[in-house]
Amino acid sequence: MVSATTAPPKASPPPSSRRLSPALKKRRRRGYALFALFAFPNLALIAVFAYWPILENLYLSLTSWDFISPEPFFVGFANYTSLFASESFRNVLWITLVWVVVVVGVSLLLGVALAALFSMKLPGTTAVTGIVFAPHVISGAAIAAVWLFIFDQNYGLARVAFNMLGMSSPAWTTDANWALAALLIVSIWKGVGFVAIVYLAAMQGLPSEVLEAARIDGAGRFQVFRRITLPLLSPTTFFLVITQTIGAFQAFDIIAVMTGGGPAGATTTLSWFIYDQAFQRSNVGYSAAAGTVMFVILMAITALQFKFIEKKVHY
Amino acid sequence: MAAMTSTLREQPVAPDSESMSGTVTPAGGRPRGRGRLSRNWWGYLLLLAAALAFVLPLYILVTTAFKTNGDIYSWPMKWLPSELTWDNLVTAWDLAPFGDFIANSVIVTVVGATAKVVLAVFTAYAFAYLPFPGKKILFVVMLGALMVPGHVTLLVNYITIGNMGLINTYAGIILPGVASAFGTFLLRQHFLSLPKEVFEAAEVDGAGHFRKLFSFALPMSIPAVATVGLIAVIDEWNNFVWPLIITNSVNMRTLPIGLMYLKANDGLTSWGVLMSGTLVVVLPMLIVFLFAQRFIVTGLTGAAAGSGR
Repeated sequence: MVSATTAPPKASPPPSSRRLSPALKKRRRRGYALFALFAFPNLALIAVFAYWPILENLYLSLTSWDFISPEPFFVGFANYTSLFASESFRNVLWITLVWVVVVVGVSLLLGVALAALFSMKLPGTTAVTGIVFAPHVISGAAIAAVWLFIFDQNYGLARVAFNMLGMSSPAWTTDANWALAALLIVSIWKGVGFVAIVYLAAMQGLPSEVLEAARIDGAGRFQVFRRITLPLLSPTTFFLVITQTIGAFQAFDIIAVMTGGGPAGATTTLSWFIYDQAFQRSNVGYSAAAGTVMFVILMAITALQFKFIEKKVHY
Repeated sequence: MAAMTSTLREQPVAPDSESMSGTVTPAGGRPRGRGRLSRNWWGYLLLLAAALAFVLPLYILVTTAFKTNGDIYSWPMKWLPSELTWDNLVTAWDLAPFGDFIANSVIVTVVGATAKVVLAVFTAYAFAYLPFPGKKILFVVMLGALMVPGHVTLLVNYITIGNMGLINTYAGIILPGVASAFGTFLLRQHFLSLPKEVFEAAEVDGAGHFRKLFSFALPMSIPAVATVGLIAVIDEWNNFVWPLIITNSVNMRTLPIGLMYLKANDGLTSWGVLMSGTLVVVLPMLIVFLFAQRFIVTGLTGAAAGSGR
């Protein structure tokens, strides 16, 4: 076990240890066989449960099926035309847009602010960092349950806050005007610690000489942060925007436990819609079409940001 | 391992390294030469506010789980319980088969995470040290799986598992989640960073690939394997949408789904009962987090792109 200490996390240049030993053909063939034995089970699972679904989903989106009848019935693009013709689906897309923009935007703003606070290294920071990050490793369903109680109109913590402002607490999760806000608060509360930690790690990697130099030149703390720290953090910001956006699009457990997409569809995001259509209404083709829409959007965002990164990340 | 953890530890708390808030030169002309506390009072205030915002919900959860209904349903809110009770937990057990939920969650988590780590270790070793035609392309294809949004695969995976006759079985819950792309990536990178002299020496001694893997690569990679394993445990334990879809009888539900079942089943939501059930779901991962925070944080901040695959 002592040998474990001798394994430092090296950032050495890409290893050149891939040269094959000048072995006999037989030995090489044994290597191939062993590779297959070691890697193919995992690769097969990835093929079946990650790649195949994308293709099959594409096919299903061109069919009408209810899980029960023997064969999916080919309908061409009918699912797509009816999706985009439907008022309720356009509403779903709108709610999803609001959801993603607010979750990602607020999480990043609060996250970078928290990271700046943590990087002051005041006593107690380590403990607070842990506490803020903890919700990230806790079940979303459990967090949703706790917040359901917090949002309880009569006995919840939210009522304390509203009473302090001289108001009475709304019915949050059952009020169509408040339900989405409630879910947004919970989602941001769960995810902001992760954003803060990623930003914090990035800040600690910044060249301290540059920041010190700016301070010596008379730049204020806020000015340094805005003019130097933030631009230097832009690669981190891009990384977080991608991952947080992809995550926000697929938010599910909090919605399922707190509102179930309601009231009156007020919290039906694309992810809930896909689930609801397939597993509660057995509209397989319709759900698959919505799934393809999500897939295309996420791929477009990924591609767009990869392109953006190439241009902007390095200064 | 001890050496590694301490270096990881040091960075965030190193007291003498100069931070943005560090010693401000008086020459800057700012009236800030006073003590650290008075200068940073707002920093402490914000830190306290942040801590409160995240501790308070947890406090509510724990206290409500052990409060009597009399205390829960009174206003103004009782911050401290007047007496502690196990009644909520007992009622939760009566209303829902929590024993089954716990057993299911433990089985799925232990088997799923173990399988995932084993697959990742073997695949990573193969990609690091074994020859195969087109290996590089295969590796890129594997990594591409990280970009596939999991939510889009639910429907087809449900049909696939159905065709395999595995709906409402442990195998059905576990199988689609054990494929490992990110874990494989992480471990491969780590394997390649190991000193290759060790492996050459082992080869001279006539060690085969199995010996090289189990006697050399693995013992030198314990922190990396622990990271991959812990992330897998957290993912399996908290997984929600897949077990929800693939199980259809109450006694096959895992804890997070059981929580939703409890919520639907306790009539007009009884907060004490729901919070005690929630505590059962939260506590194990909170404990894991407490004891393995640094592995989890380093792993998760890297795994962000992986979305659990």
